[in-house]
Amino acid sequence: MKLGPREIALLGAIAVLFTLPLIGVSGFYTTGNLRNLIIDNLPILIAAIGMTVVIIAGQIDISIGSQFVVCGVVSGLAAKSGLPMPVVILTTLATGAFFGAVNGLLTARFGIPAIIATLATMVILRNGLIRATKGDWIQNLPSNYQWLGLGQSAAQPVYILLVAGLFGVAAWALRSTAAGRSFYAVGCDHEASRRVGINPNLVIFASFALMGVLAATAALFNFTRYPSIESNAGIGLELKVIAAAVVGGTSITGGRGTLLGTLLGVILMGTIGTVFTFLHVNPAWEKAIQGAVILAAVVSDTFFRKAEARG
Amino acid sequence: MVPLLQLRNISKTYPGVRALRGVEFELRPGEVHVLLGENGAGKSTLIKIATGIHETDAGGELIVAGEAVGIPSPRHMQALGIAAVYQNPTLFSELSVMENLCMSEDGAVISWSARRARSAEMLARIGARLDLDRPVRELRMAEKQLLEIARALSRSARVLILDEPTAALAGTDAEHLLDLVEKLRADGVGILYISHRLEEVLRIGDRFTVLRDGGYIGTYERMDVDRARLIQLMAGRELSQMFPKIEVPIGNVVLETRGLCHGPSGVDKISLEVRQGEILGLAGLVGAGRTEFARTLFGLTPATAGEIFIDSKPVAITCVGDALGHRLAYVPEDRKEHGVIEDLTIAENISLSLLRRLNGEWLDESKENTLAADFVRRLGVKAGNIFVQTRTLSGGNQQKVALARWLANDPRILILDEPTQGIDVGAKAEIHRIMVEFVQQGMAIILISSELSELLGMSDRIAVLRGGRLAGVLPAREATRESVLKLAMDDAA
Repeated sequence: MKLGPREIALLGAIAVLFTLPLIGVSGFYTTGNLRNLIIDNLPILIAAIGMTVVIIAGQIDISIGSQFVVCGVVSGLAAKSGLPMPVVILTTLATGAFFGAVNGLLTARFGIPAIIATLATMVILRNGLIRATKGDWIQNLPSNYQWLGLGQSAAQPVYILLVAGLFGVAAWALRSTAAGRSFYAVGCDHEASRRVGINPNLVIFASFALMGVLAATAALFNFTRYPSIESNAGIGLELKVIAAAVVGGTSITGGRGTLLGTLLGVILMGTIGTVFTFLHVNPAWEKAIQGAVILAAVVSDTFFRKAEARG
Repeated sequence: MVPLLQLRNISKTYPGVRALRGVEFELRPGEVHVLLGENGAGKSTLIKIATGIHETDAGGELIVAGEAVGIPSPRHMQALGIAAVYQNPTLFSELSVMENLCMSEDGAVISWSARRARSAEMLARIGARLDLDRPVRELRMAEKQLLEIARALSRSARVLILDEPTAALAGTDAEHLLDLVEKLRADGVGILYISHRLEEVLRIGDRFTVLRDGGYIGTYERMDVDRARLIQLMAGRELSQMFPKIEVPIGNVVLETRGLCHGPSGVDKISLEVRQGEILGLAGLVGAGRTEFARTLFGLTPATAGEIFIDSKPVAITCVGDALGHRLAYVPEDRKEHGVIEDLTIAENISLSLLRRLNGEWLDESKENTLAADFVRRLGVKAGNIFVQTRTLSGGNQQKVALARWLANDPRILILDEPTQGIDVGAKAEIHRIMVEFVQQGMAIILISSELSELLGMSDRIAVLRGGRLAGVLPAREATRESVLKLAMDDAA
């Protein structure tokens, strides 16, 4: 895969970030810390894969935090009811697919702008969950649910490998299959897509459905790490994920972006906080720096575009 | 030789309009067949039928390579080898040249190396040299056009429809394109060519089919036509007397431009004047700079050079506010886009342009409503009341609301851009009546229209633009369709 200026800039920023703890800070470069850092960011990476596809197709999904927590609760309840784990996993994925399909129908079929449609589903799912659980956490999860019954130390490398595989397949599919390219085509221009035989509405629907499945997958990789499921989990997940995609070079107007960029975006945005904690920087700065990174990404994008346009 | 494409007895009726009546067209292998006609003669509709986007009315027939096409659809016509390149390229701007060329290729899994080889081949076929990895947004217009043609031909097209391919190209780019057309003809491709540039079509055309007002005028061999003959065929008979133009005494010059320019949109040294009580028609082909001139005059795209005089005094119009201050009004072409705000009520739409004047600091709704009701009555807007959403009105009535908004501002100079486009005959006559009523009161009107008969019928003088410049001004009484068209065509002597 060829590296563009965006990827190189991101790699540079990540290199700087990983150099900072070398200067008189201990504890950052330990296997445990690095492994936790990766494990913590796996769900974000999974959701960011879906979000990248949605944004490339010219859409946005801000309901993923709600989808994420509802899928988590569904998986927990399914596990507690004694269902075997494969069934639990399938049920969770199906739930995510259903939520995604609803978002897809609202936007592609009924023409509601994605930001409005997913704002509505975000609020409905979140409040529906609060009503249903009355704010209680899901506790006493069976042992075969936690770490999928593998035990923490055995499960962690498995999780990392699974997500690496998922990422690899997704990156390949987005780049080298006709279906993958159709997301780009639709994000560029509906009319031009129709002329080459692509149905834009179908592609948009597919992007949301895929997002739903990935939100559910992210939930599984997240909640199986804990003994209980908080009903207020996932708040602000959509912002983290959109930020990672945008910082990674995905054009918010659609048609452009790569999963490699998104991966770098996730690494950069997901590491800033931890590094700053080790450097004893006031946590209040973390969000400010993250905001600045997003701003820098968008501004540089506009700037390069203008430079290109001038030729 | 079996013709590649035959269109027989093609008619097309839209609600209230007959766009095409009994049109015949035939395309042989290795010929450039030029389709000619004024704006609105039905050329686009015919292409849309040939490419399966629209269906012909009953009785019409599409025959490809000797076989009748049952139910045409865009995909079906493409599969039969009929490809079209439209005036505005429909490309994927964020994606690479290579990807644009291969997007419609079959196969679920993409081999980028195969795509690369294939795209290079496609470009080589038309002799184009483009960097395969460049995103299309970085290409020049001419390069985009080449890309479209390469892509169209890749679907083993035997018929290539080119709709004004040189309209956006200058000098050598246009030359290259014509060379390419000749090369494709030599390869046996049948080319349906649409262009307003007569010199160009006389150079490359083998046969010419002329349409006028949706009717079929005839098909002519190259040896039987020349420039003058083509113009005559396109222009046809004298206009019918359907315009209620009443002679109004012409007063002093109210607006004058001297060497008005707007570089970016191509308005080039236009000097014109319009008098009190006068309707000045602005004629020209699509892209001649009529709308651009109006926008410059109205301060939407302030002039980059030249002067504007109002009542013989030099004025500066650098924004719409200036134009309003000098009591100019501009009713734009695209009604839905710029003319009325569909979600607002009739009353709100009408009072929009004079909120400041009518209200001072606070809105006075009763004043607004009185005014709106007054205009609704005067212009004969057909609506239940002034509080209905503009969206619910017919095109003609929406146009009246747009007109009312500007008339409410009590302008002295009214610029109307295609005021009767896409509205029915009755509403059209009403708009014409209103125009006469207002010039009688001493207003000056600049009327932009692509419909020659409307211009000839309504104007006192007709200014013809071509390529952003003033090609000439004709007194309407002496002007004919032919003389206007002659000036409007780019290679006029």
